[in-house]
Amino acid sequence: MSALDPTTVPRERGRLYWLLADCGNLVRRGLLHYQRQPVNIAWQLGFPILSVLLYGYVFGSAMKVPGGGDYQDFLMPGMFVMTMAFGFINTATLVVHDSTKGVIDRFRSMPMASSAVVAGRGVTDLLAACAELAIMMLTAMAMGWRPDGGWGFLGAFGLLLWLRFALIWIGVWLGLLVPNPEAAGGLFAVAFPLTMISSIFVAPQLMPDWLGWVAAWNPISSTAAAARELFGTPVGGGDSWIERHALLMAVGWPVILTAVFLPLAVRRFQRLSR
Amino acid sequence: MSDGHAVRAEGLEKRYGGKPALDGFDLAVREGTVHGLLGPNGAGKTTAVRILSTLVKLDGGRAEVAGLDVARRPREVRARIGLTGQYAAVDEVLTGRQNLEMFGRLFHLGGRRARARAVELLDRFDLTAAADLGVGKYSGGMRRRLDLAASMILAPSVLFLDEPTTGLDPRSRGEVWDSVRALVAGGTTVLLTTQYLEEADRLASRITVIDQGRSIADDTPDGLKDLVGGDRVEVVVAERAELPRVVKVVARVCEGEPETDEEALRVHAPVTDRVAALTEVARTLQDEGVAVEDIGLRRPSLDDVFLRLTGHRTGARTTEKEAAAA
Ligand SMILES: Nc1ncnc2c1ncn2[C@@H]1O[C@H](COP(=O)(O)OP(=O)(O)OP(=O)(O)O)[C@@H](O)[C@H]1O
Ligand SMILES: [Mg+2]
Repeated sequence: MSALDPTTVPRERGRLYWLLADCGNLVRRGLLHYQRQPVNIAWQLGFPILSVLLYGYVFGSAMKVPGGGDYQDFLMPGMFVMTMAFGFINTATLVVHDSTKGVIDRFRSMPMASSAVVAGRGVTDLLAACAELAIMMLTAMAMGWRPDGGWGFLGAFGLLLWLRFALIWIGVWLGLLVPNPEAAGGLFAVAFPLTMISSIFVAPQLMPDWLGWVAAWNPISSTAAAARELFGTPVGGGDSWIERHALLMAVGWPVILTAVFLPLAVRRFQRLSR
Repeated sequence: MSDGHAVRAEGLEKRYGGKPALDGFDLAVREGTVHGLLGPNGAGKTTAVRILSTLVKLDGGRAEVAGLDVARRPREVRARIGLTGQYAAVDEVLTGRQNLEMFGRLFHLGGRRARARAVELLDRFDLTAAADLGVGKYSGGMRRRLDLAASMILAPSVLFLDEPTTGLDPRSRGEVWDSVRALVAGGTTVLLTTQYLEEADRLASRITVIDQGRSIADDTPDGLKDLVGGDRVEVVVAERAELPRVVKVVARVCEGEPETDEEALRVHAPVTDRVAALTEVARTLQDEGVAVEDIGLRRPSLDDVFLRLTGHRTGARTTEKEAAAA
């Protein structure tokens, strides 16, 4: 077997073709991981289902929504947002595994498009997010949640994915920043309070003034409020500027997050070759 | 490459936080050979390999791999090299076959040929039986072989192996050595870094010794041994407690200063009058009633070479003083 052996000569195609093909092959790898580790699927999908069931039944009867309305209509979109928000921990964990085990180095030593390493991660995680959302929504509907169908529903779904998209960059950035997978697990301790101080479980008006203000300006609150609106269940909204412009900011916050963290993630990735 | 060199580096420099990892490092590897890069922990071996394999940018100097400048044409270099890093970089979750297919696709072979190539390489690296087992269940040696197989997908003209047998048991080490020999028989040039003198001696036809980011010697294994010159008398004892007495006897008889390898219960010293010294040491030890396991003459090892070149040892070996104190 020599270097001229035709079975080992790469195919000739344009750069864009290979960027897409490499990305596709890494998505395929990500999906093979799920296939080979069904326990992980169970955990990743089981957590959202369990959350919907637990919070729905445990808090459901006790919680009040300011201005009246059904707490379930308030809670469910919030749960979807929470799952999207925690997603960055998955991204970070997968990235830190690949970087500490030398897999990213191997990819970088190959003639593939190195941006595909990040792009492939992002597409895989968005596919996983679609599956998570779908299964949560089905569970919520089984519990009696009745959103409007149609464009509003698709719009809400899209905004949830849009938030998840922005969080990919935070995930990649953190994944390349933290020293080992154990540290990535510790991100949960940071993420938990950050998601609680928002409008996903409780309306900001019911919180102490200063906390309510912070919660209202939490980027994930805008997505939650916009989703409630688009699902046709606009309950518990406040009347501060940020709360009145939920739709705008549900689009805007992820743009801002991406503008900040995409360059940080790219820089971190480039720093690997320093 | 015009002058028959697969790798050529001149005055490579790399600093980390102001501290040099490579400090004017030179290297020339002839096509179709195994070249050993030998040095202790922190000498700069991995840094050199990472620069040559385009993973890290250099701060100064020039490097060519397969005739291509690594800084200017990294993409083309990547299509011609294979890299097996210090830690086996394979996907732990996937099976061996899935790993090779994935890397084949990412090497742009296309699905069908990637599958065919995976079958071929699994067979060649003796992994067919474990092909559909998750890599998480592989032994260290199997993982290394899979790592090597992944580096061989494009039949690279230059293969970098960074400490390919560190952490492996002797049997797995032998397996990896066999694989490397087979690769070179197929025409690949191999740059192998190692801390194991035995490994460099066995596999490499030429060795560059690196210390503190600089090449301090470049020669054949035999040439390096001649550098130290002279043979040594070597005594191996059965009991650690005997070592100090042996050291005393050897010091009395031999010209050079004796050295002790406490791990191997071995004392050795350079001699000029080989047979006379050997007989004298043997006789004296017998007279004093020391239980000797083994006694003989040996050519200097690369370990001795390293000590001579750098003034310090490669591994955690004890000096004569420490052995006497123990
Ligand atoms: N990414 C890095 N950041 C900071 N310092 C580094 C980095 N990589 C290497 N170094 C330093 O550069 C020097 C050379 O390291 P290198 O890893 O090349 O040595 P080595 O010969 O491969 O050692 P070992 O046998 O332990 O693998 C060391 O002092 C190391 O601490
Ligand atoms: Mg190293």
